[in-house]
Amino acid sequence: MCPRKRKPPVTPPAANPDGWAGFTRRAFIKTWSAGTLTLAVGHNAMSSETAQPDETLAADEPVQLTLDVNGRPHAVLVEPRWTLLHVLREELGLTAAKSGCERGECGACTVLIDDLPRYACLTLALEAEGRRIETAEGLMDGGQLGQVQASFMKEDGLQCGYCTPGQIMAAEGLLRQNPEPTFDEIRRGMSGNLCRCGAYASIFSAVADAATHRKG
Amino acid sequence: MADNETDIEGQPRIAPDAGAADDARPWGEQTRVVGNRRPRVDAWERVSGAAVFPSDLVLPGMLHAAVLGSPHANARVTAIDTSRAERMPGVYAVISRNTPEANPDWDYFSAHSGKLFYDHCRFEGDAVAAVAAQSPYQAHDALRAIQVEYEILPFVSDELEALKPGAPEVHSGGNRAGTQTYARGNIEQGFSEADLVLEQRYRTASEMHTPLEPHGCVARWDGDSLTVWESTQGVYAVQSKIADVLKLPLSRVRVIGHYVGGAFGSKLRTDKYAIIAALLARRVNRPVKLFMTREQTLLTQGNRPPATMTVKAGVKKDGTLTAIQFSGIGASGAYKAGGTSLLDWLAKDLYRCANVSTELTDVYINAQPARPFRAPGYVQCSWAMEQMMDALADGLGMDPVELRLRNIPAGTQARDDKPYTTDGLRLCIEQGARAFGWQEARAAAAQHSKGHLQRGVGMAAANWYAGDGGPPSTVIVRLYADGTANLNMGASDIGTGTKTVMAMVVAEEFGVDPDAVQIEHADTGTTQYATPSGGSKTVPTEAPAVRRACLAVKSQLLDMAAQQLGRPREEIVFDGDHLRTTDGLESLAIRELDRLRKQKVVVGVGQRQSNPQGVSITPFAAQFCEVEVNTLTGEVRLLRMLGSNESGRVINRLTWDGQLIGGITMGVGYATTERRVLDGPTGKLCNKNWHDYKLPTTLDVPAEVISEPIMLTDEQANIVGAKGLGEPVTIPTAGAIANAVAHALGMRLYDTPINPVTLIERVAAREA
Repeated sequence: MCPRKRKPPVTPPAANPDGWAGFTRRAFIKTWSAGTLTLAVGHNAMSSETAQPDETLAADEPVQLTLDVNGRPHAVLVEPRWTLLHVLREELGLTAAKSGCERGECGACTVLIDDLPRYACLTLALEAEGRRIETAEGLMDGGQLGQVQASFMKEDGLQCGYCTPGQIMAAEGLLRQNPEPTFDEIRRGMSGNLCRCGAYASIFSAVADAATHRKG
Repeated sequence: MADNETDIEGQPRIAPDAGAADDARPWGEQTRVVGNRRPRVDAWERVSGAAVFPSDLVLPGMLHAAVLGSPHANARVTAIDTSRAERMPGVYAVISRNTPEANPDWDYFSAHSGKLFYDHCRFEGDAVAAVAAQSPYQAHDALRAIQVEYEILPFVSDELEALKPGAPEVHSGGNRAGTQTYARGNIEQGFSEADLVLEQRYRTASEMHTPLEPHGCVARWDGDSLTVWESTQGVYAVQSKIADVLKLPLSRVRVIGHYVGGAFGSKLRTDKYAIIAALLARRVNRPVKLFMTREQTLLTQGNRPPATMTVKAGVKKDGTLTAIQFSGIGASGAYKAGGTSLLDWLAKDLYRCANVSTELTDVYINAQPARPFRAPGYVQCSWAMEQMMDALADGLGMDPVELRLRNIPAGTQARDDKPYTTDGLRLCIEQGARAFGWQEARAAAAQHSKGHLQRGVGMAAANWYAGDGGPPSTVIVRLYADGTANLNMGASDIGTGTKTVMAMVVAEEFGVDPDAVQIEHADTGTTQYATPSGGSKTVPTEAPAVRRACLAVKSQLLDMAAQQLGRPREEIVFDGDHLRTTDGLESLAIRELDRLRKQKVVVGVGQRQSNPQGVSITPFAAQFCEVEVNTLTGEVRLLRMLGSNESGRVINRLTWDGQLIGGITMGVGYATTERRVLDGPTGKLCNKNWHDYKLPTTLDVPAEVISEPIMLTDEQANIVGAKGLGEPVTIPTAGAIANAVAHALGMRLYDTPINPVTLIERVAAREA
């Protein structure tokens, strides 16, 4: 175990699920390029670029944290610079979330964080502590597919399957926010996820099918 | 015809296949499984997240590798210092030209020999060094610590510039990588017979494959045996390349590729990364995972070459084409890689025309080598030829559908007029136009146009020369005592639904559910030989072999039943999962055969037989499209598209429709969003990520995609009656969109992509 000097975990108020997202990509790149990771405490501070960090961590000095993934706590030792995607795939062996671009362009890594679709490649593992993280594995009930997964299967909302777990999490997030989306809302809700095989039309059918069956 | 099929030369006929299927014909109209809409047999794995793609693989002790690429369009490496990188935390090995024992010979498509880490990097991203480290972060940290000195050389990144005198030479001896000509009839006479002659230049931008799963592999040594888990379209192709470069016997290289996260032609062969992963793994004696970064896949892992095409065509008043002259320039890239492959094929083959001449010029430029990309050459040529057809129709005052219907050839003109086995081109155009409501939509476009919102309707047609499939392929089917089956084939399922189609073939033969078929595939260590899944030939190649293997099993079951029932073999027939006597008096389930219960398993081997001589087995397509063009913003809204395909027997309607939907989406990208941009002053790739290189998204595709298959069985094609589909579904898309946009605007855009910028420029120029 490595020594740690980090004190309080980052826990922005759950009442404002969007607040934490104020950790902007710009700020991320700024801190990243500095070679160290600036960790600010409190979501208001995080959402402001002029925030004064009260603590600085070396990007590659491991820290211990606990991630709530699919309803189970996972104690992991991570480098502060590690993305949530890296930790899910390489440390926890949860490989449904895929690595496609590592820069928030394709959505293959989409997971739910507190019910909202997020790119795990743009989320540091540190940022996700204290949050409810869900991956496609977490939609399963034993060997039973979740409704969105079953609808993707039935409507063939996939081809190679690589972007599929990310598409499914985007759809799951959309339907949790908006259980009865219109066609246009489905289109927009799924527009953050690329599918190079081009299965979009089947994905629309799958999401619409899932919405119908979730109601029942 | 099956009668015409002959054994593959040099391939001994294996006993269980003997006498099994020589008189086999494609299934009749009544099928139980074939033709249904059937969810994929591996859908559960793909939607649950359980499918282990090569990039998901984590092995005990596995290290992560990363590759350093040259940052210059053309440069010579004069010195490399890796000492700092080697001392960094977590770093296990660094290889480069400084490690000659880990720098084997490497050639890009055999025209030029070099080394894996070569002194002369003729394109941005070519490998200079590689690192294996504990984590991918540490591997990339180490790359940044490698010091490389480059001598930056003059470059050329535009294929037209490259042909000019005095242009920097990619290789000494000039930038012409190859020329090719073709002629039939008398082109001058053809033009003199024409009532209308048009000539136009078209340009298509380079398109990049960018499958969602990056290119890469995991390599592990067990003593002197290498296992590679690779994201690939063809495990046997990867095996032979690795064995060749590393000087290993084929029996010491096992390649496994159960899943592949997209490919589109860019993973037909392997690349330097597999060799690098193997060399690093041997050096550190641990498994090594090496996947390219997204940026590297855009820089080094494949592109459809750009094309500059000039078409001159002549037509009579009655619509008869009299002459087609086509010249095309394409770019192989820095090494010879088929920059003009198949580029003129549609010009000389699709529509009937007695007088044709073509000329192709392949050019070297300082950019990554091209790779086959879903219908290589055809997609480019379709953009030009289908727009020319519409321009001719306009000039004659003839309906574009009518002009095409007046020029339907009876056979493949580019291959000695061998007759087609079907009238697929006519069927696709006629049935597609009817289902789309072509005439009504075309006539109503003007009245639907209001001010800056202009409605247009267009279409395009296509064929595809390689949709027949063929040998070699071997498949083994084992029937278990309970009537379920195991299917062993080497082919990859690249997302097209290959496994499901093959399971449906087995299910049809044995009267079981496709889910009762276990599939082993895409593993050179355990599965039979198959060529890579590409060229729209996987179904017509593998499905007949699968069916032959099933028939070989059934032949043995007939013997068992004859013995058990005491009846002659000829009096027994199959009925689903039962065998019954032709008089209807006796019946027993397959699993009730005593011999099977004792023997536990019956093995059948099937091999793909040769195609019949003297005919052309060709798939056909036509697509129809309605658009709304905003002349103020330059946006093109795709309102609806219909794809009509004749690819013989439809085996799985669900994945058939999925192919069409995907092919159209890819064509939408080609027509409206995608373009490689190489920087003028530096030759470097400007759009090396998905933010700048625009793939179509959910917001760019038509809301309505209609699939209109031509329901027929190509009786002569093979014993399942199916032809390839994956490429025909994308060839006509871009041309159909261009024609619809031209119909809306009353003027044409000749270059890809038609995006708001390029469109509004043309509109503004016209108004000025």
